[in-house]
Amino acid sequence: MTWTPGDDVIEVLRTPPPGPARGTYRAFGETLRGLKTTFGRMLEKPVTIEYPENKTPVYPRFRGRHKLHRFEDSDPTYPNLEKCVGCSLCAAACPADCIRVVAAENTPENRVSAGERYAAVYEINLSRCIFCGYCEVACPFDAITMGHDYEMSDYTRSDLIFTKEMLLAEPLERTPLRREGE
Amino acid sequence: MSALAVVGYYEAWWIQIIKAIVIFAVGLQLVPVVLLAERKLLGRMQARYGPNRVGPFGALQPLADIVKLLTKEQFRPSTSTGFLFALAPVVSIVTAVAAFAIIPFGNVQHIFGTPVGLYGVDVSIGPLYLFAFGAVAFYGIMLGGWSSGSKYSFLGAMRGAAQLISYEVSQGLALVGVVFTAGTLSLTGIVEAQQGMWYMVPQFFGFLVFLVAGFAETNRAPFDLVEADAELVGGYKTEYGGGRFASYYFAEYLNVVVVSGIVTTVFLGGWLLPFGIHPPGWVDPFVVLFKMGLMTFLFIWVRATLPRLRYDQLMSFGWKILLPLATLNALVTAVLVVVTHG
Repeated sequence: MTWTPGDDVIEVLRTPPPGPARGTYRAFGETLRGLKTTFGRMLEKPVTIEYPENKTPVYPRFRGRHKLHRFEDSDPTYPNLEKCVGCSLCAAACPADCIRVVAAENTPENRVSAGERYAAVYEINLSRCIFCGYCEVACPFDAITMGHDYEMSDYTRSDLIFTKEMLLAEPLERTPLRREGE
Repeated sequence: MSALAVVGYYEAWWIQIIKAIVIFAVGLQLVPVVLLAERKLLGRMQARYGPNRVGPFGALQPLADIVKLLTKEQFRPSTSTGFLFALAPVVSIVTAVAAFAIIPFGNVQHIFGTPVGLYGVDVSIGPLYLFAFGAVAFYGIMLGGWSSGSKYSFLGAMRGAAQLISYEVSQGLALVGVVFTAGTLSLTGIVEAQQGMWYMVPQFFGFLVFLVAGFAETNRAPFDLVEADAELVGGYKTEYGGGRFASYYFAEYLNVVVVSGIVTTVFLGGWLLPFGIHPPGWVDPFVVLFKMGLMTFLFIWVRATLPRLRYDQLMSFGWKILLPLATLNALVTAVLVVVTHG
């Protein structure tokens, strides 16, 4: 039984019913049409982005490897204070349970962060991380954000546990960012 | 007592040996070129580059493949039949090279004053020789699939059997028209008979049928049911690896070259050029190679274009369309030949 279009359907493109002779003829024509298409593609430039040399630009909100931040413009007596105050909210929010924070008290001699306490240990196990970005959302001081790096493969699992120093440091290679409207 | 097959022209035994070596070497050189061309062209037709890492423009990719395959372990499944498992790729490769021997690259030339025919053998039964080796080549597939002791291999081989039986008939009948018109079975004779017009024009339907059957014969897309990767993993060569897999691969691409060569010889006028151009004799092999290249490009082009047929579609196409077309073509040609030469 054939399907009959309703009144709201203006035009229906139907393939002609394949018959012994007409079907063969049509198949031949369609084959030629297909050959023409592939030949046309051959003359065009490939769309390949050759990865290790060229990277696909990421979107601004791409969730890559985490970054920890410092204050850019803090008190000159204590330059570059860390934003993280060691509250462990990120660790609590983490569904993969991959963040470990051990807090310590700031003292006037050893002032690390802007708050009362600071993160003495801040580790993210990237082999467990699912890059959901909940830590970024949970953080009350925007101390942790998701960066743009995605090249994190390594040879041993223990190398994937990123410490505070690694997360605070600028990445060696910058991932290209997608421009507006790209 | 008359011989079963008369060899049209033959040289001294040492020239024969040199020719055999040269033909084998040429065949070996053509296969990597075809392999690379296929991968590059397929890539470009799918808007990607294809291999471009090994050597300039990826030109050394076949070499890297061969090195990789040959340094691999020779393994076989515990259910396989050892002797046949090892023999099957050999059968494939031997028949492919043997079929390559009859493709004429030119007529008899005088090289350093010695007359040499630019072909392996000029047998008086050219197409029959081809079909004979085509049929034996099928044993390579069948034995490989059967002796692997794997159901995928066996299914692939069974499909190969059915496909070969269906398409060899049409392929043979497509050539019958040419043989009628030329009045000879010798491939050099057929080329010489195309002086006025290439058989592609008067035998257009024969050309089409032969081409389509050739695609099926070499197990190429859209008739590559024998090795349908999606449902049969790899068909008859599922269980093969390393050098044996490389042999199968080599035979497959050599078969593509052979079918291109046969189409060139039989339908595209072999070493003849159109518009009455008669170049010196040494150009002939290059003319043949150029035409073979065009045919091989068509093989690759079709592979990039057409999806794989379903098994029943393949069968009904072979028996219901190709075979009647080929028969009709042979019949009409026969009548025309009788009327015009009668």
